[in-house]
Amino acid sequence: MTWLFQFWRSSIGGKVIMAITGFLLFGFVIAHLLGNLQLLSGPDKINAYAKMLHDLGPLLWVARIGLLAIFVLHVATGIRLSRANKAARPVPYAREATLQATFASRSMVLTGLSLLAFIVYHLLHFTLGVTNPEHYARKAAGAGGHDVYAMVTTSFSNPAIVAAYVVFQVVLFFHLKHGIQSLAQTLGLSHRRFMAMIQKLSFLLAAVLAGGNAILALSVLFGIVKAAQ
Amino acid sequence: MKVVLHIWRQSKKSTQQNFAQDGKMVRYELDHVSADMSFLEMLDVLNEQLTKKGEEPVAFDHDCREGICGSCGVMIDGQPHGPQRGTTTCQLHMRSFKDGAEIYIEPWRAAAFPVVRDLVVDRASFDRVVQSGAFISVNTGAAQDANAIPVPKPDADKAFDAATCIGCGACVAACKNASAMLFVGAKVSHFVHLPQGRVERELRAKNLVAAMDKEGFGNCTNQYECEAACPKEIPVRVIADMNREYLRSKIKEEPPSNKRVGGDG
Ligand code: HEM
Ligand code: FES
Repeated sequence: MTWLFQFWRSSIGGKVIMAITGFLLFGFVIAHLLGNLQLLSGPDKINAYAKMLHDLGPLLWVARIGLLAIFVLHVATGIRLSRANKAARPVPYAREATLQATFASRSMVLTGLSLLAFIVYHLLHFTLGVTNPEHYARKAAGAGGHDVYAMVTTSFSNPAIVAAYVVFQVVLFFHLKHGIQSLAQTLGLSHRRFMAMIQKLSFLLAAVLAGGNAILALSVLFGIVKAAQ
Repeated sequence: MKVVLHIWRQSKKSTQQNFAQDGKMVRYELDHVSADMSFLEMLDVLNEQLTKKGEEPVAFDHDCREGICGSCGVMIDGQPHGPQRGTTTCQLHMRSFKDGAEIYIEPWRAAAFPVVRDLVVDRASFDRVVQSGAFISVNTGAAQDANAIPVPKPDADKAFDAATCIGCGACVAACKNASAMLFVGAKVSHFVHLPQGRVERELRAKNLVAAMDKEGFGNCTNQYECEAACPKEIPVRVIADMNREYLRSKIKEEPPSNKRVGGDG
């Protein structure tokens, strides 16, 4: 335990924890998008998928708690590191310049905290049914209590909700665009060819994931995915 | 040419205890500056004029004035060693600036580099990091035959790239997090690509990182400002090398006792 704690406390240990938890969250975002793409195949597919997940029972809770632990570790370590970074430069420069850092890399804390806010909203909306109870009620009303299709399509018929989701996908894009290639460097990949490839791949994957999520919401709004009656 | 300088000046009464904050940016106008002067020569001219007027000259560090000692680092318009890439302040010339330019000159800003006076900072934290492991501890004796230990050319090149570090601190100054990881990475990378350096690789990575953390430098977020600021253009690959070496050493680290490690199994 002391070994693990010391590792977490060290600068590089903290970075490695960010990279590993970031990688796992990245994996979750991929799985989440793949699951939700079933929305395109109509109500039966996605509702059966929702039922399958719920029928996992205790296993679903193992997954939820595991995901939460990874998330908390990612956020807590991110906050610890960025506080240490602030303390490392107590007096700012009168003139600041940026030589080659990207917008994405300079906004990691901001995009990260925005994602935290978004994820809380997302859970309140679809998992707990707090923000729009009338959407949540649609889920219970059909398909044996698993009418996710009805819940999601009624939600995304509302332009304001779609706008919020799309804006946060842009935030996710910037966090991942820097994050994916950054974790390769953190874990010690220093091969010139592969590093160059991963930098391009990072942009591409971030765009596909964020774009995929945004397109799902937009295709309901524009009637490509038909809203449930 | 004519330039307008804004220089961080320590107040007269500032002491070792409060040197961090106790100062301000002061404006100076300097005329008849030759475009062929080095930046430090321009500061020399300013200091001569200040001395003649009975004012305190601007304190700045310098030694070799040929780009190898690493002591002349100052922040010029927010860029360590000024606007020209791969160049120390002493090798920067006034032709890099426009006539009438307003130039902001500040000391390195980092908790681990306390300001001593004006543009001079104390970089002893770098020395303590080096003392913790940036060396080979076996007695090497007389120089060996050059080819006794074969080293592949790509490895030698990697080690040499890292060894060009002059310890100026520009990486820390440029880093948005005041992290020293390019410097410390250069020390790790300097040794780990060579057979002589590989013997103590685990201990070295662990000790260097522990010493770096103790000094209060920030943590790298892979923004690579250091690489752009380094007057020796050391690549951020050395940081990946250090990350990998540190991870490797922590994984290989075993508890001190080997008694009953298998338990009852
Ligand atoms: C609650 C919200 C989040 C916060 C506060 C947060 C914060 C951070 C911070 C501060 C960093 C380090 C910045 C850097 O190294 O430049 C980071 C890195 C990263 N984050 Fe997040 N993040 C959050 C959510 C996420 C999510 C949902 C994902 C996955 C989709 C993710 C993936 C990553 C990745 C891959 C990295 C790169 C790790 C590395 O630099 O080695 N983060 N995050
Ligand atoms: S004075 Fe030695 S490097 Fe500039």
